[in-house]
Amino acid sequence: MNTIVITILSLSLIGSLAAIILYFVAQKFKVIEDPRIDQVDEVLPGANCGGCGFPGCRGFAEACVNSEELADLFCPVGGNDCMSDVASVLGKDAVSKDPEVAVIRCSGSPEHRSQTNFYDGAVSCTVAHNLYAGDTGCQYGCFGCGDCVVVCDFDAIYMNEETKLPVVIDDACTACNACVEECPRDIIELRRKNKKDRKIFVSCVSMDKGGIAKKACSVACIGCKACLKVCPHDAITVENFLAYIDPVACKLCRKCVVVCPTDSILEINFPARKIKVEKENSAEEAVIKK
Amino acid sequence: MKTFPKGGVHPPENKIASGAGIETFALPKSVVIPVAQHIGAPATVIVQKNDLVKVGQIIAQSSGFVSANIHSPVSGKVTKVDNFLDTSGYKRKAIAIEVEGDEWIDSIDQSEQLVTDISLSADEIVARTLEMGIVGLGGATFPSHVKLSIPKGKKAEVLLINGIECEPYLTSDHRMMLEKGEQVMVGVQILMKALGVDHAFIGIEKNKPDAIIHLTKLTADFPGIKVISLKVKYPQGGEKQLIKAIVDREVPSGGLPIDVGAVVHNVGTAFAVYEAVQKNKPLIERIVTITGKNVKKPANFRVRLGTPVADLVEACGGVPDNTGKIINGGPMMGKALANLDVPVTKGTSGLVLVPEPESRRKPVMNCIRCGKCTQVCPMGLEPYLLMTYAELKRFDDLERDQVLDCIECGSCSYTCPANRPLLDYIRLGKNNVSQIIRSRNKK
Amino acid sequence: MSATKLITVSPSPHNYGDESVSKIMYRVIWALVPAFAVSLVFFGVGALIVTAIAITSCVAFEYLIAKYIIKSKPTVWDGSAILTGLLLAFNVPSNLPIWIIILGSLVAIGIGKMSFGGLGKNPFNPALVGRVFLLISFPVQMTSWPKAVEARWAYLDATTGATPLGLLKEGLMNGKPLSELMDQIPEYSQLFLGNMGGSLGEISALALILGGAYLLWKKIITWHIPVSVLGTVVAFTGIMWLVNPDQYIDPAFHLLSGGMLLGAIYMATDMVSSPMTPKGQIIFGVGIGVLTCVIRLFGAYPEGVSFAILIMNAFVPLLDKYIKPKRFGEVKK
Repeated sequence: MNTIVITILSLSLIGSLAAIILYFVAQKFKVIEDPRIDQVDEVLPGANCGGCGFPGCRGFAEACVNSEELADLFCPVGGNDCMSDVASVLGKDAVSKDPEVAVIRCSGSPEHRSQTNFYDGAVSCTVAHNLYAGDTGCQYGCFGCGDCVVVCDFDAIYMNEETKLPVVIDDACTACNACVEECPRDIIELRRKNKKDRKIFVSCVSMDKGGIAKKACSVACIGCKACLKVCPHDAITVENFLAYIDPVACKLCRKCVVVCPTDSILEINFPARKIKVEKENSAEEAVIKK
Repeated sequence: MKTFPKGGVHPPENKIASGAGIETFALPKSVVIPVAQHIGAPATVIVQKNDLVKVGQIIAQSSGFVSANIHSPVSGKVTKVDNFLDTSGYKRKAIAIEVEGDEWIDSIDQSEQLVTDISLSADEIVARTLEMGIVGLGGATFPSHVKLSIPKGKKAEVLLINGIECEPYLTSDHRMMLEKGEQVMVGVQILMKALGVDHAFIGIEKNKPDAIIHLTKLTADFPGIKVISLKVKYPQGGEKQLIKAIVDREVPSGGLPIDVGAVVHNVGTAFAVYEAVQKNKPLIERIVTITGKNVKKPANFRVRLGTPVADLVEACGGVPDNTGKIINGGPMMGKALANLDVPVTKGTSGLVLVPEPESRRKPVMNCIRCGKCTQVCPMGLEPYLLMTYAELKRFDDLERDQVLDCIECGSCSYTCPANRPLLDYIRLGKNNVSQIIRSRNKK
Repeated sequence: MSATKLITVSPSPHNYGDESVSKIMYRVIWALVPAFAVSLVFFGVGALIVTAIAITSCVAFEYLIAKYIIKSKPTVWDGSAILTGLLLAFNVPSNLPIWIIILGSLVAIGIGKMSFGGLGKNPFNPALVGRVFLLISFPVQMTSWPKAVEARWAYLDATTGATPLGLLKEGLMNGKPLSELMDQIPEYSQLFLGNMGGSLGEISALALILGGAYLLWKKIITWHIPVSVLGTVVAFTGIMWLVNPDQYIDPAFHLLSGGMLLGAIYMATDMVSSPMTPKGQIIFGVGIGVLTCVIRLFGAYPEGVSFAILIMNAFVPLLDKYIKPKRFGEVKK
């Protein structure tokens, strides 16, 4: 009986002593912080991916609270919904941006781009890129070592074993920009997300002259400007023997895809075309014209 | 017997071509001269398409303090100034010349006569090395006039001549010392005069006893020069290791040899300096070793720069059937070539054709923390840690653990029992850290 | 160059040494063979059964865990699992029931090694994790030591007795004078050869030193850890012995008895769980020596090498963080 009483007494004594100490220590070292930071932090996705340019979601929350306007601040992961939440917490005006998605601008699978040597170094695109032009004739294309897969926090990229090229899963991609920064060859680009994930883009970054590019890779952009001529929306520019389709100006009419002689312009998630033959004919024409 | 105390490895020497005397290689049909053959700013092209050039005529001008002139190694017509594949497969600016005859500019003394009297003053010698486009021929291709221009407040006390050739397979320096010993000696004296030092050491590893004996004999005629025989250990040819081995001074971290009063030049450079100063001949040739276990006729060629390496290999009996890798330089620090359509440049010390079975890396395993990389690192670094930091992009930690001290000798990767690509990642980390530091300094 | 065969391109160096992980592991196993032979001589059948079970179960667990839990490519033939099994067997008595050995192997491989990610990732020596787990869980079975020679043809039913260390500890705790206990302990020459009770691999100093010399010659281990461990033990126990020879036994006994040599030469030098730098290794070794002596002289257990090594294993990351090799051209501040 006595033991129990002593135990209870001594334990509660220790407990309350500790509580008192804790209370005073907490008072002493109290960090005064804007409570809104917590509130903003709450509505953020909490992925800490750094896609906004700040160190983690908390850093972004602080920046949101401290800045006058939200104009330059955007959470690519949360998107417009998240930013309007943030804006309502802070009573500021929300900015909205078109959602974006990463695209891989290289189609150089082994089928199209034959290997010229065997790379045997560390499995890292950056290491290989610093070493040499690559294991194919193209010095611009994808190495296929998968640095972008490793860097993706959202498991939105995987390597296609057959083509040896990375593939972006559109639904998982948050456009956080990590892969774009990681890719030593600047192959990945963030492009505006369209309805039904439809995409039209030049899947090549080779700035070689047409002949050299074509020799290295059968689906390379050769800078023939056929697409430029056919585009009704002035969305296409050709520089350094490389065509580029402006994602904002592009209206997804698919005319360029038809004329491209090397199939380097890709159309993705479109319904199948009715007449396939037409395309082949026009492709041949383009070649002849050249 | 002296050597450097910390780290080092003993890769198989394989000096197959050490018995092959230097042969002068036939003039090629055409040459390609890259404008970036040295460390530093690429030279500026001063010829145009269809220009006629003579041997020794300057075709690209040095474009900064750390840069070098480039001279035409052949006479003929400039066919193209365009981008050509370099050793790493990227396209870089180069000058293509079609060879017509062999007409030299008049100022070059083409005789083989040995000239021992040095008539130029120290400043004139430095100016001459700059003019003649001399760069370090050990492989790093650092412009020699930069090393000879002592910064204010520093004083050169000793000249070290690197005859180590610690890379396996390569024998060009070895043959140079044996066959051009007198010229090398005069070259060393010229360098001594330029630096204002009164003694020089030639370091040679003891696996080249004939070179040691030959040069030691010659030292009788050339006062102030001493031949030091050193234990065989890789990477003794590293500048900092050589200084430590011969004069027992440690170049401080981040410092240059001149900080401890030493200047290091390669024997090949000494020979080039001799030719530049005594014969007025620019750097248009170099000695290249073509070797490999299955090469039919390993050889040491004296080659005009710009000659396609494929020609050299052809002269040695062609690429052996089971060749798996072609290395431009030695197997420890050289660069693997993706194709043979590249020219000999100022930095091409040799070409090693490695048989297929030895050319592949072994499968990578987990680090077992055996510490061998730390033991063999000649710079006292921790390669296993640096690799991990580089993989994880922890650049602050890399900088703190002195990744920039790494001399990229490859001892760590060579010795790793788990076959980890240590140097691959350390090199990556080094690049990133030096970029970070550069951008920090700009601010 | 034909079109079909591609030339290899990789960053330098292009020369690769002939060391490999499995070579290292198998060399350590070779170095342990003499000790195993001695244990066969003294413990016979029991030693054979225990070792075989330990090795088989360690290899099996490594394979199963790698394949089905971690889902990585099993690398059981690199020799590391065999070595763990061998060392685990060396650290248990030769009459240990099979199921206890299998449990010990599971803990050694499963918890000691694979839970951290497999080869090279474990902070603690896996064999010792298994051993200490067994020692704490099954104190009776783990401390009933078969008598050497007598137990040659017996396994579970071997006659048991105490180890020299155990005799000493118990005697001293019961207040017996040291001189009386010394009579019960075998002669030092017998201890050196291995004619005593104990874990099956730790008994013969001669065989262990032989293997250690082989490892030193092959540069698998360096002198730093064994010398610092043994040196510290000699110094520590030597001082105690000189101060009070009635209470404390001489250093030679400490070196020859228990797991001292097995621990110092084979367990503490385990590459994965020891520091990288020579300086760190010496501190590590001294720590092991001091802890062993403290446990042996003042603790409740007669033997403390395993505990000492495990405790110092925990300090390895700290040692590696703060003790750096001497850099070339270090700028003095």
